[in-house]
Amino acid sequence: MVQQLSVFLQNEPGKIAAVTQALYENGIDIRALSIADTTDFGILRMLVNDIAKAKAALIAQDCVTRMTEVVVVAVPDAPGGLAKVLTLMADAQIDIEYMYSLNDRGADTAYMVFRVSDEARLLTLLAENAMGTVSAQELGLQ
Amino acid sequence: MERYYQPEIETASPEEIAAIQSENLLRTVKRVYENVPFYREKMDKAGVRPEDIRSAKDLYKLPFSYKQDLRDTYPYGLFATPLKDVVRLHASSGTTGKQIVAGYTRKDLDIWAECCARALTAAGCTQEDIVHVAYGYGLFTGGLGADGGGLRIGAMTVPVSSGNTQRQVTILKDFGSTILCCTPSYAMHIAEVLYESGYTKDDISLKAGVFGAEPWTNEMRRVIEDKLGIKAYDIYGLTEVMGPGVSFECCEQTGMHINEDHFIVEVINPDTGEVLPDDTQGELVFTCITKEAFPILRYRTRDIGVITRKKCSCGRTLAKMTKPRGRTDDMLIIRGVNVFPSQIETVLLDEGYTANYLILVDRVNNTDTMEVQVEISSEQFSDTVKELAKREKKLAEALKSLLGVSAKVRLLEPNSIARSVGKAVRVVDKRKLLD
Repeated sequence: MVQQLSVFLQNEPGKIAAVTQALYENGIDIRALSIADTTDFGILRMLVNDIAKAKAALIAQDCVTRMTEVVVVAVPDAPGGLAKVLTLMADAQIDIEYMYSLNDRGADTAYMVFRVSDEARLLTLLAENAMGTVSAQELGLQ
Repeated sequence: MERYYQPEIETASPEEIAAIQSENLLRTVKRVYENVPFYREKMDKAGVRPEDIRSAKDLYKLPFSYKQDLRDTYPYGLFATPLKDVVRLHASSGTTGKQIVAGYTRKDLDIWAECCARALTAAGCTQEDIVHVAYGYGLFTGGLGADGGGLRIGAMTVPVSSGNTQRQVTILKDFGSTILCCTPSYAMHIAEVLYESGYTKDDISLKAGVFGAEPWTNEMRRVIEDKLGIKAYDIYGLTEVMGPGVSFECCEQTGMHINEDHFIVEVINPDTGEVLPDDTQGELVFTCITKEAFPILRYRTRDIGVITRKKCSCGRTLAKMTKPRGRTDDMLIIRGVNVFPSQIETVLLDEGYTANYLILVDRVNNTDTMEVQVEISSEQFSDTVKELAKREKKLAEALKSLLGVSAKVRLLEPNSIARSVGKAVRVVDKRKLLD
């Protein structure tokens, strides 16, 4: 299980720049990032190397933040690798709230971040199919 | 046990008050007719002579005064004493047109202090208290008005003025202020900064607050009372009539007692000018009957309210006015529906949002649009778009249900709406339907 940091952003020029600048000034390394947006607002979701420090830095900037548990899955780094995982999830009726990829990768695996409707079920499913998750420790996150 | 500053007035019989009012009104009308050409011309034109006013019951015969009259006679045209007798000037902010200028003689300031002392006493203030005045000092009547009341009681009065909220918190903590006077929106802001600084109501000694100069809802009152650990009292006044202290709330918190020995209140139909009976909603009209320098007659406040003379549990017999239910000139008409910003505030607080909001009104393709912007808190933030969209929709539905007109909701980051240290700006109407 990995902790993800989300930030509420008004959909205005310069907002993401301000967030990343604040993280930079606090020595935070962004390891993965995705943005969900509407016309009015966006949600910036990130995995960072030091989540407590990152959260404090953003709160100091008057940002609204939230920590959420996500699952990082090691996906075979070959054609069809992601499709295989997603098909398993679809068959098991696991709803994906959102997903995005991590820059880091293993020897022959890519890492995908998932937020799903039923986390326990996903973990069981992965174990049954000899697929693994990646821990925060393995990713060097704290 | 309820305490009064002047029990002989505050609990006087209706007959005693009527006698005081008649005596004071007659003297004022005569003086104004003799000394202020503006009123003389206006009364002559209406065919009313001072001797036609034989008691307070004849007040309806006098012509109304309007804000425009003050602009037309700017700055001193309505003063009824020579300028050498005027010892203080105040002025309204003048965001629209010319400023409204009010003059006070030494006796006027005395009476003002007396009115504010009654208000502070009703909020529990005694000589033992520390009155923290965070209204702006200066031309605005709030600061020096509340200050005068604190001094009159003999309380330790701290003239902090508005702004520098971090310092307000430090002073509240270190000086042990027990009574806070400021605008309700500033009280909210002070509470926010208190908690942001890592303190709570347990770190301060406040027991009461006297808040006025802008409309606020009972929901906002509950939030302020809860956050600051106080009882919050409303106070009413306007520069044209005197300043804060024209009326004030008692322990019952169901309306504000009018200082009827100094001001006569009427409720009128704003369209016809007809005087309405008690317990009927209408525009509040005030007449100053003891002021020397600037005694305005039958001033149309544009505040909508109700006057009642029903028995109050605090023991005061002075008539009570409801919190103004909006102003005839701040009411928004959105696609033909009357909307008061205070209604929107009620919904926001009910739905768990902050009172930091902005209402944007515009007209697009000949149709009115209304957008309610409100700041989101950590508790309300979710990391999925679906959840946030659901929240926006829920709020939009609650607004639609109460207002009878739909509004677009927009969630904003905290502290993105400018904080005001005086009157909060709640509405930006880009339609320019007036002026």
